[in-house]
Parts: sequence; structure tokens; C-alpha cells
Amino acid sequence: MSRPPGRKQENHKISRELFVLTYGALVAQLCKDYEKDEDVNTCLDRMGYGIGVRLIDDFLARSAVKKCRSYSETADMIAQVAFKMYLGVTPSVSCSSAAGNEFSLILDKNPLVDFVEELPAERASLCYCNLLCGVIRGALEMVHLAAEVTFLQDRLKGDAVTEIGITFLRKAEDRKHKRN
Amino acid sequence: MAIFSVYVVNKAGGLIYQLDHYAPRADTEKTFSFPLDLVLRPHDERVVVAFGQRDGIRVGHAVLAINGAEVNGRFTADGKDVMEFLANPANYPVSIRFGRHRLSSNEKLMLASMFHSLFAIGSQLSPEVGSSGIEMLETDTFKLHCFQTLTGIKFVVLADPRQAGIDALLRKIYEIYSDFALKNPFYSLEMPIRCELFDQNLKLALEVAEKAGPFGPGS
Repeated sequence: MSRPPGRKQENHKISRELFVLTYGALVAQLCKDYEKDEDVNTCLDRMGYGIGVRLIDDFLARSAVKKCRSYSETADMIAQVAFKMYLGVTPSVSCSSAAGNEFSLILDKNPLVDFVEELPAERASLCYCNLLCGVIRGALEMVHLAAEVTFLQDRLKGDAVTEIGITFLRKAEDRKHKRN
Repeated sequence: MAIFSVYVVNKAGGLIYQLDHYAPRADTEKTFSFPLDLVLRPHDERVVVAFGQRDGIRVGHAVLAINGAEVNGRFTADGKDVMEFLANPANYPVSIRFGRHRLSSNEKLMLASMFHSLFAIGSQLSPEVGSSGIEMLETDTFKLHCFQTLTGIKFVVLADPRQAGIDALLRKIYEIYSDFALKNPFYSLEMPIRCELFDQNLKLALEVAEKAGPFGPGS
């Protein structure tokens, strides 16, 4: 975190439990506010998008990474650098299409669901961590990569692993001058 | 060693932040009697000194005020043309204030969007594929450094040609922007930055960079 110079370096960490609890409270409140699971999912995705469009600059400023030259580089960057920096986990990446534009990130540990084992029966199609999808989508959009990000598998719904699928759509910058 | 100004330009080429960091140059006010030994001429919307530099009044300085009243471009406060006023011996002795004309905010906006276009032209002129845009513009009195982020925001710093460590400063400004502007939930993206914390931290960063001197920080 950038601190004003002149102040002593304080190791200002916030408790992880507080963060996970805050996220849980957010989802719980959204469930109270909206009856349908799809509405909650959409709301979480929108919130995540708002976070992602701002977080990308923080990520780029702190990690000083070079521009990614391919979709697979981008997916690797998200998994190995971004997830590590913000959530402390490193999902594994695999490419799931011949065209080279669909990737999945497989998370074996997801800190956001530390205290949740399964979804309640009436919320069977809720994507608990949909905020993450929105964050990835927002961040990619700001570097001119349109993508669809969804949960393909979710441990909370009974699947074996948690899998996030990223599908890169046509690059938005193609119509104007070709940059590279 | 000085850093003169900082400009932040958004993706569309609009200026969203501007800071002038140089000490305001002293204006010179003197009383003159007819005939005026300076040669004045109209330039753009102002009357500037063309020849006859003396006593702190330099070529290029604009007429800022006559007899204490600020001039409005080429006209005095009461609407008379400055050149005609000063050609009339009946108006003398007259006290005129000269100084370096400061860019108005509209002019800065225009210059920022012009730079945005030149930046794009720079990358297209390159014989190599995938070139960056203009990174440095050098004149005899200042150097302009530009850093474009992968998200399209440009940070432009005008500094003394001998000032080092501007690259590190540009990255630091990017960090300050990502912290105090982007993380402010009430700041809308691409809009002018009006965050007090951003101002303060930016000024502190500029001072640190200036103190570091011609060899950059860590010297």
C-alpha cells in the first residue's frame, strides 16, 4: 500500500476473517433483498465489475508486469500473479478449447468460502463467489480484452472442484488502428 | 532541480488532473514615460514584449496589468485596446505589469488532447510493430516524460532536463492514482480527479523526487 512518506511503515494488515465475514454478510443481505438466485448472481457480478475496473490499475501499478501478448499469457497472469497477490491462492490454468480462447482456473482453496460448506436448499443455483467473476471481467475489459467469466463448477454445489471459466471474446480494439 | 508540472490524461484524451509545481515567477511592474522603449506586439489574445528586454522584463512576457487594473487579453479593464492606449502620449506616465502568461485551464485541456493525438501518431510512425507512443519530449528548457498504462491512462511530467528519476516518479504517480483516486468510491472513472488525498500524496512524491537531485532517489 502506498503510504505518505514521513510516516513510519506500519504493517497495517486487516484480519482475513473480517474480510470473509464481510463478504458473507454481503451475500446474505443480497439473498434477503432478492428472491431469485439469478438476481443475486447478477448483482454480485455487477459489484465485482465495479471493483475490477479499479483493481486492474492497482494490480498493474504494483506488479509492473509487461503487456500480455496472448490469451494464454493473460490467463496465466491472472492465475499466478493476480490471484496470488489478492487472495493468496494460485489456481491452476488449463486451456479448454481448440481455438485457444477458453480457459479454466481450478481453485483448490477458495478463501471466500472458508466458513461455508454448502448452499441452503432454497438457494441451489446461487453462485456464492460470483463477485470474483465480475472482478475478472471488469479488469480484463479495462485492458481491452472482452471476456465472459462464469463458474463452471462449484464445490458448494457438490462438484469436486471450483472452476472458473474465462472465454475471451473478439478483441475490442480491432476496428481502430492496429496497436500490435 | 525542479519538476514543473504533472498532467494526467484519460483514455479519451481529456485532461483529468493538472498540477503546476514551479514557484510562480515574479511579475515585474514598472512605471514608464512616453515613448515606451519596449517593442510590444499582439500575439494570440495577448500583448507581448517583442524586443527591448531589460530589468527583468523579458521577451515573451505578456502585459498583465496597466495602472494596477488587470488587462483582459488585448483590452484594458475598461475596454480600450492596449496597443492604442500605449501609443497615446496623453496616457503617460503609465505603470505596466509584465510577466509570464500562465496557461488558462482551457488551453491546458486543448494541449492535453493535442498531446494525446501526437502520442498516437508517434506509435504509428514507428517502423517497428507494436511501438510505444511518445515517451520523452525534449526542449532546451524542459523535458516532458510520458508514461501510458496498459489501461490507457497517461501520466505526463514536465521537469528540468537535468532531473533524474522521473521514470520512478511516473510509476509512483501511477501507484498514488490507483490508491487515492481509484479506491475512492466516490470518484468516477475518467472524470476530473478532485481527491484531496491524491493532491497531498502527489505533492509529497514530487518533493521527494526533487530532493533526490540530479542522480535520482537513492543518491
